[in-house]
Amino acid sequence: MHNPNRRTLLKGTLTAGIAVVAAGAGLLKPHTVLAAWPKAAFEAKGMDNATNALLGGSSATASKDIKIKTPSIAENGAVVNVAVSSTLPGVESISILVEQNGSPLAATFDLNPRTEAYIKTRVKVAKTSGIVAMVRSGGKIFSARREVKVTLGGCGG
Amino acid sequence: MASTIRPRAWMKDGVTNVKALISHPMETGLRKDKASGQIIPAHFIQDLIVTHNGEQVLHGYLGPAVSKNPFLNFKFKGANKGDALTISWNDNKGKSDSLEVKIN
Repeated sequence: MHNPNRRTLLKGTLTAGIAVVAAGAGLLKPHTVLAAWPKAAFEAKGMDNATNALLGGSSATASKDIKIKTPSIAENGAVVNVAVSSTLPGVESISILVEQNGSPLAATFDLNPRTEAYIKTRVKVAKTSGIVAMVRSGGKIFSARREVKVTLGGCGG
Repeated sequence: MASTIRPRAWMKDGVTNVKALISHPMETGLRKDKASGQIIPAHFIQDLIVTHNGEQVLHGYLGPAVSKNPFLNFKFKGANKGDALTISWNDNKGKSDSLEVKIN
């Protein structure tokens, strides 16, 4: 039987296939345009390794134009509210890292030019730790840090 | 089945505010089952994507350090009341869900 959807289905699969190949070959760097989940950055142990994997070798400049809002004392490390906002122009991505977690990178968000430089989410914090926000703006990376005291750890404890 | 995504999207002064709460275990792969002593395999959302008019307004890459039942709040411009937003996620086990929500 003739199926009119067959053509479009095939086309869709082909395009998706090409995108995957391109991403796999690293043709679409940096990761702000890369569609693949940044596995290496999420699995990196320790703050230095995670930062390197996330930024690809470039370094972050401390900025007063990034605000991190968290409770100063979190009773339950499994659920810690983190809100990051920035007044920097043209923010392309916002990443949240927890210094004392085994794998510090918690999440990274790619923003559309229409999207405001504001993200609020909840993360796990293993123990008292600095929370670091990294913001990509105009191809440069800026960061800010805020300390959160945790009275009950966030990793099952 | 009820959706795993509970969204809210509303418009104020030209800015659309989006909040979403997703039911997901977000297992780190480090926890042990207290009864059996077996490690509970990692199971977490990796991609969280919000599109408006076919354009991606947010792509969140999540790791296992995002809390169980992830919460997300963000804002964007250029939408109209009544427009549809699509919120979708997929996890490391290949599961996914998607939901359309109207902007109020």
